[in-house]
Amino acid sequence: MSVSTLDRPLPRPLPQGEGRRKIRRHLRLWLWCYAMLLPVLAIYAFVRIWPIARTVMLSFYNWRLIARVRPFVGLANYERMFSDANFQIAIWNTTVYSLSIVLISTIIALPLAVVLARRGRMSAVYQTIYFLPVITPLVPMCIAWKWIYDYNYGILNYILSLVGIPPIAWLTDAHMALWALVIMGVWKVLGFNLVIFLVGIRNIPASYLEAASLDGANELQKFWRVTLPLLRPILLYVLVTATINAYNVFTQVYVMTLGSQDAPGQAVRVLVYDIYQNAFQYFRMGYASAEAVALTFIVLGLTLIQFRAFREREAG
Amino acid sequence: MRPGRQRRRLRRRLGALLIHAVLAGGAVFMLLPMLWMLATSFKPPPEIAVWPPHLLPQAPTLANYRGLFQAVPFPRFFGNSVFISVISTACVVITSMIAGAVFAKYRFPGRSFLFMLVLATAIVPFEAYMIPLYIQLVRLHWINTYQAIILPWLVMSFGIFLLRQHVASAIPDELMEAARVDGASEWWTFRRVLVPLSGNAMAAVGIFAFIQAWGVFLWLLLVANNEHLFNLEVGLTAFQFRFSTDYGKLMAGSTLSTLPMLIVFLLLRRRIIENMALTGLKG
Repeated sequence: MSVSTLDRPLPRPLPQGEGRRKIRRHLRLWLWCYAMLLPVLAIYAFVRIWPIARTVMLSFYNWRLIARVRPFVGLANYERMFSDANFQIAIWNTTVYSLSIVLISTIIALPLAVVLARRGRMSAVYQTIYFLPVITPLVPMCIAWKWIYDYNYGILNYILSLVGIPPIAWLTDAHMALWALVIMGVWKVLGFNLVIFLVGIRNIPASYLEAASLDGANELQKFWRVTLPLLRPILLYVLVTATINAYNVFTQVYVMTLGSQDAPGQAVRVLVYDIYQNAFQYFRMGYASAEAVALTFIVLGLTLIQFRAFREREAG
Repeated sequence: MRPGRQRRRLRRRLGALLIHAVLAGGAVFMLLPMLWMLATSFKPPPEIAVWPPHLLPQAPTLANYRGLFQAVPFPRFFGNSVFISVISTACVVITSMIAGAVFAKYRFPGRSFLFMLVLATAIVPFEAYMIPLYIQLVRLHWINTYQAIILPWLVMSFGIFLLRQHVASAIPDELMEAARVDGASEWWTFRRVLVPLSGNAMAAVGIFAFIQAWGVFLWLLLVANNEHLFNLEVGLTAFQFRFSTDYGKLMAGSTLSTLPMLIVFLLLRRRIIENMALTGLKG
């Protein structure tokens, strides 16, 4: 990163008049900077900073949109969270969902990236195909997956029937619904992880792998002993980013399961849905804000891990 | 010695074949939802509810597409998606470029604090602070307006970060100094030096902003309950709740909603993948 011109020490000594002119020039520059930033910061204040601060404030109140009186209740909302079965189910489901997606997609993407990193003729084609789900809009794909999961005429149950597996009620069976969402989640994020790993692997100096070959290492040993350790920071980065994204899941759950009447509501209750329901269906804005603060802390914790990963990457 | 070498070669070939089989199988899995969606959208109703299902329509028809346009204001949804995305993209690119350039090339009191503040807000997920924002807009009577829908997507911390990095590292101070020596104003330097040299980085930010705005869902669900304001994502969802079993029409709608993004992706394929890989941001 280059250092700004204004960082350099002013040439000294300065004649009286010139010094004053310099100071005036600085002041004018500062003013210019603030003027340029003002509209941007004003938007930030209104749509980010104020709402974030206000969320924390609301979480200490019994704040209902439709009620006149909105008393301060201290930590009561947080206390209630710990005895709220819905909230606990939501936390559990979201965690299972996130960790499953992240682990499965990483375990699949890593070997694929190793293979595709060899720059075969087909590598670019495969990359494009695997990346397609990342880029396609979510709702149409949710509806397409819902159709795939259809109990009677879905293609997935048809494929399973070919190998003699009886039909599964993917989206309505309480034991399967979350896993149906996980499968789709893996499908959606796989290409993204793959491409990041691919870049990481291609950045590994060829000489390292050649040296390992000369020492008689086979492909598997090279992967475990050279590629994987050098990929560690990127691996950690992908794991954390994917977990954060998965924790904010909402659209899939809303479109694929909650619309239908026989949906197993509790089996797919996720954190953002719980917040949405409390705030916008029951109008318990205060309690929902406490849940939102909990979500923020989870994401914050994950982000701290990520920062450590970055530092490692820069150091290594 | 010879049979051993032959066996090894055979094993390597088999290995390569296996790898290709796995890759191809994976590719089919990735493409299947889209192909299944496309095929279903051309099937007449009797073919949709048939066991065993045919992958390809036996008697292709456009009836689903015609029916879709009769059932919902689809062009309106599409127009709204485009409108929201274009406005958001333009605003994000402009605000990111201005803030990125100022944070990169100027020193002023409070610079690091303001920059950290901008970045810090990006850590908090939007879903966590949408409640007060919603309350605020209720007070302003902005519910069911375009400004309410677009408001949260006018700025992007990641865009500011990316453009700051770009301007700081790719544009030498000497260029700006030269412009100043020639008597150029700061605004002129920004317009004629920094902006033209940031095209690629601005395009990268623009792509992210566009993808993000195209996918706006929960927020729109909250602030708009008028069908005329729905984008494709919410419009399609509402349509789905109403015609939950009419998969022919649903797939026609899904296909049409996917197509624009698919075309954009195939045109800018390399750039999008590289951007995402280098910056590590999910769309």
